Amino acid sequence: MLTILFDGIAYGMLLFVVSCGLAVTLGLMNFVNLAHGAFAMAGGYITVILVNRLGLPFLASLPLAFAFTAIIGAVFERTLYVHVYTKSHLEQVLFTIGLVFMSVAAVDYVMGSQQQFVSIPSYLQGQINFFGVGIGRYRLLIILVCGLLTVALQFALASTRFGARLRAAVDDARVARGLGINVNAVFAITFAVGSGLAGLGGALGAEILGLDPHFPLKFLIYFLIVVTVGGTSSITGPFIASLVLGIGDVAGKYYVPQFGSFVIYTIMIVVLIWRPQGLFSRAVAK
Amino acid sequence: MAPALQTQGLVKQFGGIIATNDVTLTVEKGARHALIGPNGAGKTTVINLLTGVLRPTAGRIVLEGRDITDLEAYKRVGLGLARTFQINQLFADLTPLETIGLAVSERMQLGRQWWRLPGSKPVVIEESVDILNRFGLTDAMNERTATLPYGKQRLLEIALAIACRPNVLLLDEPAAGVPEAERHGILDAVAALPSDVTVLLIEHDMDIVFSFADRISVLVNGELFVEGTPEEVAQDPRVKAVYLGEEAHDA
Amino acid sequence: MSALASLPPKPLVATAAASLASRARWKPAEIAFWLATVASIFLLPSKHLILTEIAILGLFALSLDLILGYAGIVSLGHAAFFGFGAYAAGILAKYGIIKEPVLALLASGVLAAALGFVTSFLVLRGSDLTRLMVTLGVALVLREIANQLDITGGADGLQGVVMEPILGHFPFDMFGRTAYIYSLVTLFVLFLIARRIVNSPFGLSLRSIKGNPLRAAAIGIHVNGRLVTIYTIAAAYAGIAGALLTQSTQFASLSVLDFERSADVMLIVIIGGTGYLYGGLIGAVLFKLVQDYLANVNPQYWQFWLGLILVMMIMFGRVYGAIMAALIFAICTWTRLPFMQSIVFTLVVLAVLGIARPQILAVTSRITERAAAIQTRLRARLARKPAER
Repeated sequence: MLTILFDGIAYGMLLFVVSCGLAVTLGLMNFVNLAHGAFAMAGGYITVILVNRLGLPFLASLPLAFAFTAIIGAVFERTLYVHVYTKSHLEQVLFTIGLVFMSVAAVDYVMGSQQQFVSIPSYLQGQINFFGVGIGRYRLLIILVCGLLTVALQFALASTRFGARLRAAVDDARVARGLGINVNAVFAITFAVGSGLAGLGGALGAEILGLDPHFPLKFLIYFLIVVTVGGTSSITGPFIASLVLGIGDVAGKYYVPQFGSFVIYTIMIVVLIWRPQGLFSRAVAK
Repeated sequence: MAPALQTQGLVKQFGGIIATNDVTLTVEKGARHALIGPNGAGKTTVINLLTGVLRPTAGRIVLEGRDITDLEAYKRVGLGLARTFQINQLFADLTPLETIGLAVSERMQLGRQWWRLPGSKPVVIEESVDILNRFGLTDAMNERTATLPYGKQRLLEIALAIACRPNVLLLDEPAAGVPEAERHGILDAVAALPSDVTVLLIEHDMDIVFSFADRISVLVNGELFVEGTPEEVAQDPRVKAVYLGEEAHDA
Repeated sequence: MSALASLPPKPLVATAAASLASRARWKPAEIAFWLATVASIFLLPSKHLILTEIAILGLFALSLDLILGYAGIVSLGHAAFFGFGAYAAGILAKYGIIKEPVLALLASGVLAAALGFVTSFLVLRGSDLTRLMVTLGVALVLREIANQLDITGGADGLQGVVMEPILGHFPFDMFGRTAYIYSLVTLFVLFLIARRIVNSPFGLSLRSIKGNPLRAAAIGIHVNGRLVTIYTIAAAYAGIAGALLTQSTQFASLSVLDFERSADVMLIVIIGGTGYLYGGLIGAVLFKLVQDYLANVNPQYWQFWLGLILVMMIMFGRVYGAIMAALIFAICTWTRLPFMQSIVFTLVVLAVLGIARPQILAVTSRITERAAAIQTRLRARLARKPAER
């Protein structure tokens, strides 16, 4: 039982690291990026190439996965995404679906359509027995890394100058510009970091989530659930939503496999109807 | 005889902010009643409560003796309560003819018919053209509304409310934003409204209010402050202090 | 201006009636369009299979246009109704509940309409984003259900569907001729009804709701009631399209409920243009032809080019974006660039185009202005000619 809980937490943490970039672009920049999963996929494939083909140590490849995906994100943001910020949500959705289609086909061609596995070093395999609870070492690593990232992210947004600038730029881009804040740069950096985190999540999660060219479409709904149920006004909401979703999904697939993902989708619809701004966002008086 | 429109202890809260506070207002049948007040007094909130765009936190709204507090906005129109908007709310892609025809056919309960072409009912067309004619809009009746000059759009805004054939008409700053040259066209249209229609006019412009209204209510900070005939209100020192004072200050 | 104004002059009323009716009049291009579809039955006998697909896709897109183009409801899960109708028709036929195809088709439409009615209440409120997510969620839930149930065949799909002859007289043949004529007739009948609906007072009220729901309510229109109605009708249309697919292929699989199907139909309506009914049909023709062509050139990877078209259309507008995407593809094809290099080339071009977007937009808008000027001049000359004679 506790093992399932533990697996669920690891799964949830992964979902959070991947989705928090989406929460930021949607909540702060009001941009619907359905191609967010493509960045996670990119991180996963970068790790596969680095570890399996170039023989880099797994742990060393993680920061590289982050860095490469962040760079890809920055390039896309500067050249393409920047033109779509002011368009309607429908157009943003179509635009990013287009990017998803392109990424799926391109990755399918380059890497093949079969599922890819990252060779995990032996010291991360197997379980530790902790008071009778079997804890996977790899899942422990995920929880540690994602936990640290979450704390760092919360700190960065709440207490650093960049966090303050980001919040100012989002509140009112024009006023922020007047205050001498380079709004474009703030958005670009935010987007890049969000993409990088997705890439890191994809790298870590290749083993658990399963990595194939259809990754962006398969997990799209999970990321969207995290963001819509968690709300986008803080990162605590998506964090809690990720954990609940992760534990619920793992437990659900274990205990009531016949329901599949049915319950999760239904919960998402109910939440959207009941609280369109997400469960954990404060009601905005307007 | 019941008054045309009545509110009792109307309250609207947004979060912690009280936008409308205990407004009890009576508009008599056939009245030309004006609701005035400085910017931010909550005039448009009152209109939105009366027409059902917003739901009151407390209080009652009574239209010709019938409680409409919980009635949906579109049903209030069917009972004879129509409004115009301070900022034009028109159908940009429809022509004025289509716009007015739509309102007329909705009033005649023909709006759900899907097998008939619009324009196949002579009564609807005649009445629509009549209304457009009264507001001087027949020349432009087949243009896209979005391409009309602002003054014409403003007239259409009022014509559209008239097409609902209201017993009570709420006019929200009908002359707002209209250039001086086209202003008299709007004011003439307002003055020419049928006398059996009760009018509640929300206005910021004192000239319009005093030339039009036979009764004035003053709203300040969401509360009814003073009510009376134009003479009484004009002479009330408190009104001068809060409202006309500001007006003088502006000028 | 007086309240007691006399009745307006008769000619004015007549002009008004004429101009209101003119929108619904059949235009030569429309008649040509339908004549061409009839001709395709006889002229393209070897293409009946793909033409059937186009007709079905066109009906599906028409259904989305009804809610998107006329009522402004965005949906990323329209496949829910398509798939529901597809499975309904399959189950009705397989278990011999309704054997006659036309009756089964109608029944599938009614079932899909019932689903549309129930789920319509989920899309009444909320922003575009909420609607996109909710519709997506509904389609996913249905797919999950179809995946789990025994009666739908789960992941293997619904096999062993055998169709009786249509109306007891016209058996489905292996060349797809019957299926094509059957699909075309269905499409045409439903198109006529849709055309009637959008040109009616009801259709006018939908357009007003799309334009300004606040004002629509303020002139007494029951906004939610109208939205529920059109959503239900659109669901029936989508369901019938799905049922046609099952009946013509004698098979239904989970792919009828796929996210890609919802995304594709959205793309089709966007390509063809919204709010004039033909958009979905023209979009379906273009989409299938392009898909067919690309799948021949780049089997498996045609989605890459599809994605490129979408990206370009959003960045540079419908027409210019499509032209530019086609140019990129043409360059890759003519130079016989391997797909790997094509990907790299495309990405580089995309980046360059993205950086140069303001300049490109300046050029395209100037072209549009020129074209509009030439068009007005031509029209003026054409209008003058008959008068001079």
